Amino acid sequence: MEAYEGFKGEKWKKEIDVKSFILDNYTEYTGDDSFLTGPTEKTKRLNDKYAEMSKIEIEKGIYDVDTKTVSGINNYKPGYLIKEDEVIVGFQTDEPLKRITNAFGGMRMAKQALEAYGYKIDEEFAKRFEYRKTHNEGVFDAYTTDIRKARHAGLLTGLPDAYGRGRIIGDYRRVALYGIDRLVEEKKKDLVNLEKAVLDEEMIRLREEVSEQIKALGEIKDMALSYGFDISKPASNAKEATQWLYFGYLAAIKENNGAAMSLGRTSTFLDIYFERDLRNGILTESEAQEIIDQFIMKLRMARHLRTPEYNELFAGDPTWVTESIGGMTENGKSLVTKNSFRYLHTLYNLGSSPEPNLTVLWSENLPENFKKFCAKVSIDTDAIQYESDELMRPIHGCDYAIACCVSAMTVGKQMQFFGARCNLAKTLLYAINGGYDEVKKELVVDGLDKITDEYLNYDVVRKAYSNAMKKIAKTYVDAMNIIHYMHDKYAYERGQMALHDTKLSRLMAFGVAGFSVAVDSLSAIKYAKVKPIRDENGIAVDFEVEGEFPKYGNDDDRVDLIGKELLEEFYNDLKEHPAYRGAKHTLSVLTITSNVMYGKKTGSTPDGRKAGVAFAPGANPMHGRDSSGALASLNSVAKMPYTNCCEDGISNTFSIVPSALGHSKEEQVENLVNVLDGYFEKGAHHLNVNVLNREMLIDAMNNPGKYPTLTIRVSGYAVLFDKLSRAHQEEVIARTFHEKL
Amino acid sequence: MLGKINSIETMGLVDGPGVRFVVFMQGCPLRCKFCHNPETWKLNDKSDLYTPEELIKKILNYKPYFKHNGGVTFSGGEPLMQKEFLLETLKLCKENGIHTCLDTAGSVPGYEEILKYTDLVIFDIKGVTEEEYKNMTGSSNKNATEFLNYCQKINIPTWLRVVIVPGINDNEKYVKELINYIKPLKNIEKIEFLPYHTLGVHKYEELKIPYSLNGVSDMDNDRCKKLENMLKEGLKS
Repeated sequence: MEAYEGFKGEKWKKEIDVKSFILDNYTEYTGDDSFLTGPTEKTKRLNDKYAEMSKIEIEKGIYDVDTKTVSGINNYKPGYLIKEDEVIVGFQTDEPLKRITNAFGGMRMAKQALEAYGYKIDEEFAKRFEYRKTHNEGVFDAYTTDIRKARHAGLLTGLPDAYGRGRIIGDYRRVALYGIDRLVEEKKKDLVNLEKAVLDEEMIRLREEVSEQIKALGEIKDMALSYGFDISKPASNAKEATQWLYFGYLAAIKENNGAAMSLGRTSTFLDIYFERDLRNGILTESEAQEIIDQFIMKLRMARHLRTPEYNELFAGDPTWVTESIGGMTENGKSLVTKNSFRYLHTLYNLGSSPEPNLTVLWSENLPENFKKFCAKVSIDTDAIQYESDELMRPIHGCDYAIACCVSAMTVGKQMQFFGARCNLAKTLLYAINGGYDEVKKELVVDGLDKITDEYLNYDVVRKAYSNAMKKIAKTYVDAMNIIHYMHDKYAYERGQMALHDTKLSRLMAFGVAGFSVAVDSLSAIKYAKVKPIRDENGIAVDFEVEGEFPKYGNDDDRVDLIGKELLEEFYNDLKEHPAYRGAKHTLSVLTITSNVMYGKKTGSTPDGRKAGVAFAPGANPMHGRDSSGALASLNSVAKMPYTNCCEDGISNTFSIVPSALGHSKEEQVENLVNVLDGYFEKGAHHLNVNVLNREMLIDAMNNPGKYPTLTIRVSGYAVLFDKLSRAHQEEVIARTFHEKL
Repeated sequence: MLGKINSIETMGLVDGPGVRFVVFMQGCPLRCKFCHNPETWKLNDKSDLYTPEELIKKILNYKPYFKHNGGVTFSGGEPLMQKEFLLETLKLCKENGIHTCLDTAGSVPGYEEILKYTDLVIFDIKGVTEEEYKNMTGSSNKNATEFLNYCQKINIPTWLRVVIVPGINDNEKYVKELINYIKPLKNIEKIEFLPYHTLGVHKYEELKIPYSLNGVSDMDNDRCKKLENMLKEGLKS
């Protein structure tokens, strides 16, 4: 077959096995960035047009929205930016930046989102959903009293019960490598094989799902055909491979509006096609970069319709088109290719940008030139994040990718049930206040006793905290099981799941917020004297702290180990309750930007934090409390347990002013590489790197539009600073910036 | 044996090569006009106490970041104010394969043993002539000159640093003096001009110490760089 000419290996031809194809055929690149080329004229024209449209979008909130068409893979006519300049084509709707109205998650949310931007839902559209139950309706039919209370009080927040769950990565590479017809053929075989099993509830559901997957594959093929491409057969060159792959992803973001719609791990896969074309003399480096630039530009232009409340949780209109770059094979060779460089180079060719969420899978053993290039890109753009390949590869094998910010899964073989987070700081207050919410003054968790001591005693509080966590764990798992049962039932991701193995493993991702506040509060109670100030109902609404106490973020085991123990305990509490479809429980310490909202909804805490003050993001130490320098702060975070506990990720955001990173650019690059190597050697999982001055951020806050491409890393993703609300901007500025006098 | 440590910076990236654990030690015999750490002057002011063993234990937590070029920098204050503690801690660093750097003005004699366990010296030039030195620090430059001569004699790798203060030494005459002063030295690996800044001034108010550079503004970075280039040109010819 011509499409496979020059490709080695047999196993991947016999069965769907993209990993074998990559390992059999990729060319490791250990050189430097000198081969890279600038943007072509076509790319420049497209990028300028996109910049113009972005301006309008930022002013209006959204550029435009289709209120008439019911969302789906092949429900929209083709759309173009400048047709004759586009080497990679395809938009979600018939026009760039025009958003989809997706009502499968919930009709109310869709209506509210439209109204927020001055649009109204089309009557015909609304009518169709009168006869079609949504995910949201299903969930609320089944929610328990405890879940409703916990949700209302802000103990559990961000649950995907009214919008798409996302965090699922289709193996979009399969479209390029096998073509749609082969994928359909394999799924049909699976369907026949499933007939042999006992047809219990799970099997019946799976049979229905696989049938839907087959239909979805047909729709992807038709959608591509509307753009003039027949993707029934495998791609035969670099441009086709990129286009085929993109059609797979495009189908996913047409059909779904999940919080995070991540891309996977595509650069090295595609590089195999690029290398073959370069070798055969049918592609130049400039053409190769043009394909990548334009592909990345398309990913930058993905949009979803959100409500203002949603934006409060996940600020800056993120889509989490996360692409994982780098990493090592199980045999110790790096997976870095020229395409790894080309993807990162788009940040220069197209300008800095938060999307796609470029994630470097870091290992000390990556080629030095690549490490240096990554550090340089970080210093110049603040647009990339780093995650430890050494921690994830042993769990997922070498062909995994990151969904959203920090969630690892094996591509095409694992999926995740996303579950937002539980407020651990509030949970501690419930332990002290006998389950009463300190803000709403309502009973949220039954069966807990109020602590009435004048001064808080560590052992008493710690025991009460354990009881509270146990109770909340059940409510949390119940909520997740209901949500994902209903999501599978009413908003199943047909197209994305068609690009997974039929037999797959599932992860259920729980999370915590307010981590550093909870840890410092426990430390204050243990090492200082903490006196609750109670209101007339005996609810602690403030705390007086006398004396010093060790604070998380200073590499001090006395407090850091309290944090480690807390995570292990809560994880074990969650595991007591079985997860839907046999999913494996995982846990994350990741807030995205919800740390601001969580803080707003949480009363004063025993660490001295006042009511309403924002939490630190993710696993970061609380702002200004890490006083022993940046590495002490990194070391504290690195102690938190990843393997067998927080396998859904431990997020840390690190901001440093350029002059503190070294005198010359060369020194800065080298120092950053050493910091990354050291941090991951300490067993850490994730790091966002921002190299910028606080003064510049203040200037940007006061002068919107002055820095249109100023991108910063927040918590597992990057945002355009101008797209953040004032409250989020202030929180970012309040963070610890590591500097030295 | 206890060392008096004013503070620790776990990520020093501008005090020696690579990633450095910087120990700011308490106590200094000089009273430099531009000093931004006046809280380190008095040996018996508030500080944290460490044994050499406690300190090395802490340092080892950061060894993974040092890689091929990083390590520990002893700064201050004047680290030579606490020679015994410094010597013991330096020995422990070398036993653990950690690169050591001494950031000093050489203002306390009796460093011969200490320099055996020092890989790199960062030496602050406070003034070339006795008059300049005394004006800037309040002390004689005798100790400093002897220290620099000794470093030269044992050929220990040395970096030089000069703080440039507007109105005091930001002139070509001083640069020419520096050229003559530095030219004969054979052990100099790097020279840095550091522009004076006012970020430490508030500390003087808190400590109720009169500040003699009141009204002097930050040194202009570009001008400072220009003087530094002039020095480097002068050393070449």
